[in-house]
Amino acid sequence: MTTAEYQGTAVGERVPVGGRFGWLMTIYRYALVILLAGVFVFPFIVMLTTAFKVSDEIFMAPPELLPRTWTLDHFVGALTQIPFFRFLLNTVVIAGLSVLGTVLVSPLVAYSLSKLRWKGRNLLFIMVLATMMLPPQVTLIPIYMMWNKVGATGTILPLIVPAFLGTPFFIFLIRQFLLSVPDELIEAAKVDGASEFRIYWSIVLPIARPALITSAVFQFVWAWTDFLYPLIYLNDEESYTLSIGLYSFLGEHGVQWGPLMASCVLFTLPAFLIFLVFQRYFIGGIATGALK
Amino acid sequence: MQSARPKPSEPTGRALLKGLAFASPFIIGFLVLYLWPILASGYYSLTDFSLFKAPKWVGLANYERMISDAKFWKSLYNTLFFTFVGVPVDIAISIAGAHILNQKLKGQPLWRALVYLPSIVPAVAAGFLWRWLLNAQYGFVNEILRWFRIPQPNWLLDASWGGISVIVLMLWTVGGTMLIYLAALKNVPQELYEAAELDGAGPLRRFWHITWPMISPVTLFQVIVLIIAFLQVFTQPFVLSKDPGLGTQTATGPGDSMLSYSIYLFQNGFTFLKMGYASAMAWVLLFVTLAITLLILWSAKKWVFYDNR
Repeated sequence: MTTAEYQGTAVGERVPVGGRFGWLMTIYRYALVILLAGVFVFPFIVMLTTAFKVSDEIFMAPPELLPRTWTLDHFVGALTQIPFFRFLLNTVVIAGLSVLGTVLVSPLVAYSLSKLRWKGRNLLFIMVLATMMLPPQVTLIPIYMMWNKVGATGTILPLIVPAFLGTPFFIFLIRQFLLSVPDELIEAAKVDGASEFRIYWSIVLPIARPALITSAVFQFVWAWTDFLYPLIYLNDEESYTLSIGLYSFLGEHGVQWGPLMASCVLFTLPAFLIFLVFQRYFIGGIATGALK
Repeated sequence: MQSARPKPSEPTGRALLKGLAFASPFIIGFLVLYLWPILASGYYSLTDFSLFKAPKWVGLANYERMISDAKFWKSLYNTLFFTFVGVPVDIAISIAGAHILNQKLKGQPLWRALVYLPSIVPAVAAGFLWRWLLNAQYGFVNEILRWFRIPQPNWLLDASWGGISVIVLMLWTVGGTMLIYLAALKNVPQELYEAAELDGAGPLRRFWHITWPMISPVTLFQVIVLIIAFLQVFTQPFVLSKDPGLGTQTATGPGDSMLSYSIYLFQNGFTFLKMGYASAMAWVLLFVTLAITLLILWSAKKWVFYDNR
């Protein structure tokens, strides 16, 4: 017997699974899980169907889920009423560079913290942990002042440079992964006279691939969905990301729900595709407990 | 972890250099993005300071001003309300949902993906979507409540429901926690349930005496992670409360009910340019977070069960 069989049973009921009422329990289990998934998925359906409704139908009380007339107008509106492709390009550049920085730098630091033995290593690890706990609000203003001083506010530098200096979450994640890699692999290369960097580049990095992909996909989604930092640093519409672009969209044009929902659909889609392709890395990252 | 086999020896000096070289990006990052800003923030919090004028020492004046700042208290109250209502509900839904997912079901990866999906939606898109769903007249939430003859609140325009709306939006992304609990449930040894079954324990007693204690370390960790996240909430209320009539100006919801601590801090720092005051607020947030975290950790020995077999 497994837990699965207990969970499906209502309080006080004792129905043996696979017994006379087995099929009834199966229906019950699937009904529950469909209800659960439905609560999470339903808002997406509303987002999608609203985007396809003609404006008159959007404002209908009581609301109807499916459009009576399907239209692509709002998608055209979303792409033309705001500089959507400009925002998209900015977001892609920022997310892409953040991912590049993360996969280039975080594993370097993680390697130093897991496979190299040096004085001060434990102290540095404590520093990594401490920075993970620190509310970003504490450093927000001094870091802003710093970027302001070097004239970099309004550019994308404040949004991508941190990734090139190592992100504590990903350093931690990759370090934990590398700890499970046997030292023998590295020692053998050392005996062969390979330099430390060559060992890192041609032996450690390939092994760490799963942890690198997990870090990359999370970094991508974080950068893609980020709001606070672009809001603080990007003040020129030319450099807006989709987050900020869509946010200001509501102010400039009143609430036009059709184009707005259509742009939300287009904005969410890339993150969805990344999720679908790299699903097991997301779920794996969540299972470590460090990421969500 | 280290193997007992003697390592090929390496002079400690060279090892140190190598270690530092590989770690150097983060060492720079730590100094520039963490250590210096923390010290600077502490100093700023004791000054009167904005983008356009140099910091002027005012001692504890910023902290004293908070005491009589009604908006400060309102934002703190709202944030604690989000946290102390949102986190327990988040945990409860996660545990219940994890039980549903832990049944004998075909297509596990699909169900897991579906509950996690909202977590990767950009917060701005999620905020707009839920503004529409919570719309009193045209929204589906009230439509569903209408079917069940439940009174329908005016979610986004009624001061007593603004905070609840923020929590509802945040609970949409509960899937990540749910999946962590699902992994935890799968780790509970099956023998325990079998033994309880023989003793005639019902599902509720099996939950209280086996499941709950066995997953309590996960609960402790998740409670802390969630509390930290809820105390910092910014984007969700910021988007939910946005008033198209106000342009790009920050709105705070009916009766300031969606004014989170971080929004007020942001307003002070970047709208009113009172950066000294905002820095002081950041330190208060840090201490509130630390105090609540320590309280939870201290309480842990009463309710967290560590399996020392």
